[in-house]
Amino acid sequence: MAKITFITTDGNEHVLEGSSGSLMELATDNNIHGIDGDCGGVCSCATCHVHVQADHWDKVGPPNQIEADMLEFDDKVTEYSRLACQIDLSQEIDGLVIHVAND
Amino acid sequence: MEEKISQDFINDPFVQLRQDLGINKMDDQNDPVAMVLRHKDVRKCAHNYKTFKSGAVPGRIVVPSEVDIRDTRQIPFEVDPPEHGAYRSLLEDWFRRPLKEDYEQKLKGLIDKEIEKAIQSDQIEVVSELALHIQSRALTLLLNLPLQEAETWISWGTHVFRSEETKLDASKANILYNYIDSQIQLSKDKPGSDIYSVLLKTEYNGRLLTDEEIRGIMILTFAGGRDTVINMITNTVAYFAKNKAALNFIKSHPETIGKAVEELVRYFSPLTHMGRVVTEDTIVCEHAVKSNSRISLCWASANRDETVFENPNEVILDRKINPHVAFGFSHHKCLGAPHARQVLKLLLHSLIQKVESISINSHEDNLETWGAVQRRVGYHKLLVTISSLK
Repeated sequence: MAKITFITTDGNEHVLEGSSGSLMELATDNNIHGIDGDCGGVCSCATCHVHVQADHWDKVGPPNQIEADMLEFDDKVTEYSRLACQIDLSQEIDGLVIHVAND
Repeated sequence: MEEKISQDFINDPFVQLRQDLGINKMDDQNDPVAMVLRHKDVRKCAHNYKTFKSGAVPGRIVVPSEVDIRDTRQIPFEVDPPEHGAYRSLLEDWFRRPLKEDYEQKLKGLIDKEIEKAIQSDQIEVVSELALHIQSRALTLLLNLPLQEAETWISWGTHVFRSEETKLDASKANILYNYIDSQIQLSKDKPGSDIYSVLLKTEYNGRLLTDEEIRGIMILTFAGGRDTVINMITNTVAYFAKNKAALNFIKSHPETIGKAVEELVRYFSPLTHMGRVVTEDTIVCEHAVKSNSRISLCWASANRDETVFENPNEVILDRKINPHVAFGFSHHKCLGAPHARQVLKLLLHSLIQKVESISINSHEDNLETWGAVQRRVGYHKLLVTISSLK
């Protein structure tokens, strides 16, 4: 079971727990504002864009090429950008803090 | 687990040009178009709205051009940022209603009923008797209108802008425009909870939307979601007719339906391409393009780009990474995509719950010609027999 903190653009913190699936699914199952997951997690829509807290970056690591190519065209991209659909829930990311990119 | 089904159901006619040149040059009513074919170039151009604009003369970014048949600007489709974002934000919540549970339930009931009717017939013509019916009846939910209203839209036939004789038909287009004007007037006279009434109360930049703006939003809603959804449904039925194993795969793995929806939409690419007007002399994929000429973003070709998709000509129903552009890309992503995805998702649910097999009795292809390239986008006619699950 991993505990994940989502911080939405209004500054609210949402602490959620999950053990399987992706961060996008955890967020959409719990109606986290700003994470839509329109394409269901196949890396086609970028509606699950998040910024990983800088000191937690090593927990998730960089995106692969296809994900990076998708993020390249997002206006809110930063060096800590990831798509939540491409991050699997696991014990290794327990305690992760992420900021939702979109309103 | 990975389900691969090889067949030449919808081929990729752009492959050679995409690999060799990256561009397909074609004429359209003396206003030529350079079709951009590679995935990366398509995304790059779609994102660069300053050099490749949508806010040109109304109708010009559509291929074939509709400049001669309409003056109304489709909104937010023919508007660039930042105004595009301002318009889109007014409409976003309304067009995301398909994701709500009660909407989904109603849509499911409606699609189930159409499939049951199809099963009871000895034979059904999918385009006009199933796809058009599902598309029109589902649209009543999106617009929040009585189901009965769909009968008018069904009576228009499959092509609102086209007749059998010519590609573009102003008199046919006027049927839609006059209808929309009368509906706006009806909602002014008797406001309700339908989309026209909601738009009549909506403010943009501190003022109410004008009738012309509402007209533009509604033309887009009717035109953008008609042929595309009809092609998507018809191709899906044909695909499962030709690939019984695929239907069985989804029956055994219903959890893959979300991925199957994305894969079928990638593979079918119901909208082949969409144009942009070039605002400055520039280079696209090593080809010079002149200011005030047109390019188009070829979603259908990008979705088969072998440098992005492994086995691009195979339908892999549970394809895990699928960065397709079938709903467009960047600012101008399809506003009706949540609705379209729900229609296909619920159609797949209905097929696996009710259908044993589908057999094609006869068909007439719907072929598009883009310069030297011919693409089968769907069917004009598809006669099938659908057998009920025992």
